[in-house]
Amino acid sequence: MIRAVMVMNTQGKPRLAKFYQYLPPETQQDLIRRVFAVLSSRPDNVSDFVEADSIFGPDSRLVYKHYATLYFIFVFDSSENELAMLDLIQVFVETLDKCFKNVCELDIIFSFTKIHTVLDEIIFGGQVLETSSSEVMKAVEEIARLEKASNAISLVPKSVSSWQTR
Amino acid sequence: MAAQSIMDSLFQHTLSDMIKSLRHHPIGESKLISKSLDEIRREIKSTDPSTKSTALEKLTYLSSIHAASDMSFASFPIVELLSSPKFPLKKTAYLAASHSFHSSTDVLLLITNQLRKDLASANEHEVCLALNLLSVIGTPDLLRDLTPDLVSLLSTNKLLVRKKAIALTFRVFENCPDSVRLLFRRLVENLESSDQGVVSATVGVFAELVGRDARSYLALAPEFYRVLVDCKNNWVLIKVLKIFAKLAPLEARLGRRIVEPICEHMRRSGAKSVVFECVRTVVSCLSDYESAVRLAVDKIREFMGESDPNLKYLGLQALSVLAGKHLWAVGENKEAVIKALSDADPNIKREALRLVMMMVSESNVADICRILVNYALKSDPDFCNGILRAILVTCCRNDYEVVEDFDWYVSLLGEMSRNPQCREGEEIERQLVDISLRVKEARPELVRVARELLIDPALLGNPFVHRILSAVAWVSGEYVEFSRNPIEIIEALLQPRANLLPPLIRAVYIQSAFKVLVFCVHSFFFPRETVRSFSLDNLASRVSGLLSEKEDPESLNLAIRDTSTDFEMDKDFDLRFHSRTAEEIAMENVGDDAYADGQSSSSVVLQNPLFTHDCVLNLLNLVKVALGPLSGSDEVEVQERAQNVLGLVGLIQQEISEISLVEMEGTVREKKSKASTIIQIMQDVFSEELVPVAMTVQERVLAPEGLVLSENLAELDAICGDIIPPESSSFYLGGNLFGDKNSVSTSNQRNEEESEEPSSESTSLLAQHRKQHGLYYLPSEKVDAGSSDYPPANDPQSTDNLIDGAQDLMMLTEQSLVTKKKPNHSKPRPVVVKLNEVGEMPVLPVKPMQELKDNSLSGAIRDVLLGNDTKPSSSQRKSSEKSSRRRMVTDLPLDSVGPSKSIENVAIASLDPASSSSRRSKHRSHGKGGHRSPEKNVGSEKEDGKKEKKKSHRHGRSKTRHRAETTLNVPAESPVIPDFLL
Repeated sequence: MIRAVMVMNTQGKPRLAKFYQYLPPETQQDLIRRVFAVLSSRPDNVSDFVEADSIFGPDSRLVYKHYATLYFIFVFDSSENELAMLDLIQVFVETLDKCFKNVCELDIIFSFTKIHTVLDEIIFGGQVLETSSSEVMKAVEEIARLEKASNAISLVPKSVSSWQTR
Repeated sequence: MAAQSIMDSLFQHTLSDMIKSLRHHPIGESKLISKSLDEIRREIKSTDPSTKSTALEKLTYLSSIHAASDMSFASFPIVELLSSPKFPLKKTAYLAASHSFHSSTDVLLLITNQLRKDLASANEHEVCLALNLLSVIGTPDLLRDLTPDLVSLLSTNKLLVRKKAIALTFRVFENCPDSVRLLFRRLVENLESSDQGVVSATVGVFAELVGRDARSYLALAPEFYRVLVDCKNNWVLIKVLKIFAKLAPLEARLGRRIVEPICEHMRRSGAKSVVFECVRTVVSCLSDYESAVRLAVDKIREFMGESDPNLKYLGLQALSVLAGKHLWAVGENKEAVIKALSDADPNIKREALRLVMMMVSESNVADICRILVNYALKSDPDFCNGILRAILVTCCRNDYEVVEDFDWYVSLLGEMSRNPQCREGEEIERQLVDISLRVKEARPELVRVARELLIDPALLGNPFVHRILSAVAWVSGEYVEFSRNPIEIIEALLQPRANLLPPLIRAVYIQSAFKVLVFCVHSFFFPRETVRSFSLDNLASRVSGLLSEKEDPESLNLAIRDTSTDFEMDKDFDLRFHSRTAEEIAMENVGDDAYADGQSSSSVVLQNPLFTHDCVLNLLNLVKVALGPLSGSDEVEVQERAQNVLGLVGLIQQEISEISLVEMEGTVREKKSKASTIIQIMQDVFSEELVPVAMTVQERVLAPEGLVLSENLAELDAICGDIIPPESSSFYLGGNLFGDKNSVSTSNQRNEEESEEPSSESTSLLAQHRKQHGLYYLPSEKVDAGSSDYPPANDPQSTDNLIDGAQDLMMLTEQSLVTKKKPNHSKPRPVVVKLNEVGEMPVLPVKPMQELKDNSLSGAIRDVLLGNDTKPSSSQRKSSEKSSRRRMVTDLPLDSVGPSKSIENVAIASLDPASSSSRRSKHRSHGKGGHRSPEKNVGSEKEDGKKEKKKSHRHGRSKTRHRAETTLNVPAESPVIPDFLL
């Protein structure tokens, strides 16, 4: 079971935090800070596993990957395979890459809901559901199409507001 | 209000507007956030749904990324938006709900109907949203109400929906076991789906379920086996392997069956993750299968040879799992393990260290520890302490099982204390005191090591060493009779830098100084006995060969008893003193010394001037000067102890200074002075030997008659309510005697190789420091000289040490693996006093609350697997089958899992290629069979008596019965699955 997915940048600012068991926001932030403290102390070119028992309680493991300015972090328990989780991070990042055409940190900052949509297609309630990025893309595009279709009706206030901020 | 609302919807900031402005004003972020929150609070009340939705989106963002706000005020707007017909609004609401709702959110009651509506929606993405929310916030109530709606989703054609519905069943089962009856069969059917995604989701659910309670799913093993053999999808394989890792320990024949396919995957698979999972399965639960283990070890070696640190790490981990049963596997890979000790990755180093410690045995512990301690000096603080901790833990395991030579170990502890990065003070403290109490023979060495640490003023500045210093101070005080130069000890204990210590440890210092002082003055008054016991002890420890084995412990005991009982025997001694002339005594002294310390000339020099009149007077003055200021200390412990010592000094100083030199030399000693009596009493008190005591001893002390323990002491409270009782100072006895077993301590033959220590060294240094800086100067060069056996931290040669060390380690571990039996030691190991654990009852494991729920779940699952639910379709059933099944059930010796047999048998049949088509019908029929069994039991009750009765109870499925059974922890049941898979 996957317990949490986090994305944060190398300064420790969270970009995505998804916990599959309810935790109050303060606790979430605290966990993110502690994870960052561990990750930032690790040099490059070392293994991607961190013993996370002290942060997330017994029977918890953490794998992370470092891409450019971002850390992608998965926290899970003994019913998942560590290497498979690394692959899953890869799948997640690949999907985002397809979604945004060369994903960068800014994309993730501004597409808060879309990231969640992608993640929800891959992991459902802590269980891995889809591991092919093309399948995920299919679903995500379908959802985007649906959103657009119904947005077309209520487009007026949005366009005014975006004009206003310009 | 209306105008406000329009303005809001017209000029509302969108989420990206907000993010932009947050990014542009990184300084005033918190101000900006609270401004945005104010806006959101206003906007969320808007009547326009899209305004509301945008506000909600922003709020979710702030709450999730900035933890800015509690979202509870938005609960109701979320519920409103959930019912929006527009997909984007609905989606926003669902995201917000899954982020902020939890089991105690009160509006949950309101969303049941909305969820039901969405679950039935034609738009599959809407269904997915609802499922997704349920997977996060599904409470028992909610899930129970919605279970009927889930049933059809488990077999829907929309694969996306079906997968999510399957994944959701895990949460449903967890939260409301009753739903199993409705969902389980459909869930199992999905195992046979042609779609890999569906199978993957189903297997994933089972992997989680099996993790909670494996036994209930044993019956499904054939299905899983088929997946294991046929499946090509790596994700599914990994999950199936996880399942088998849990099932195999429960059923021996299962292991035999799966070991071959697993090896096949291990050989064939190109995916490292699958290979590793196979390896893990083999090392953790199939370690009895030689060939599989062989293959796994080969794979592990491959992993450790890879450049990828991840694989290296996992390889080491797998190896440490295997080490328990197959130590040879570690031996084969020890080059890689030892190389990993100097890896850049702290994880890898830690695993390697753990493996190295596993290879430790009596024969190589000294050498391995020596190398590791040197290695620790060069490591970063974290790993350095990891090494020290590993050594400490390994060596003290099972009452110092691996330690043969305590003198070595004690000096190793001393060396570890000197490591500038050492943070393990507490554990070293514990072990020092523990060894001093338990291992009589180690005491002289312990006192020597303690002295070295005590007289080093540099150590006082390091707060991590303070605990160790407290231990060595105590040891020096308690066993001062082994000390070569008590005056030096007392000077060290009273040195001005001791002010750096925390008060409690300071108190220990003062108390120890007290003991040493009493010892010194006592030996001034009664030199004969002291010297005798002194030299005898020395003798015992030094030249054991000269005394016969039997005599030795006796004389040792005698010496100790001497000091403790000689108060009563005073007269006796007096008489003896009478008959001796001073000359005689002096002669004997010299003789003793020469005898005992033939090799160390220093002792003679030290012992003679030790207790002269001047010396004692100086000592008393020193104590007075050093402790005088402390009598006004704020710290209760320090002040009280200082007062005690000063009180004693006050009592005896006058009298001692009155004794003239002539008197002292002569026969006056037998004249009983007040001072000598006091000292005698004090010495008696202190020479009482402390022994380890079991934790439970207190309980065995009977309460004296007439003592009412439950008497109300409220009045006492009222009287001294405002007085805070001082903290107990005797933390040594309490804190350090962890409950162990106490057996009779027969003191064994003591042997110790002559420590080459410091005869000349200590004298010359002593002279030097006196000469140079008076009483308080303590030479620090001594430190280096003392530990000259080991290269210091920044020794230039230590760089190549690493490689040497690695080679040494390799050689040593080789030793431990090759010669597993104890080498014939020339000297026996000293006895470690243990405590008898009498009357210690094994504590029954406390049953977690979770269990209850699990039980009801597993109960429900067994129900379903056994077909206890009444299904109309399962009503017909062949009579031949009936009879055979009945026979089977009654014949089987096992009652507790009796019911599951029938199904398994049938399931096995279904594994047969020929009968695979008929599996469905068999499923049904065996379900019926299980259902029937209670009656059957009633029928056969007469023959089988109680056993059968038990079974029927079980079928009655009383929950309490269920629980009781698991609590008793029924011993491993013998074969559950008759002829399973065979």
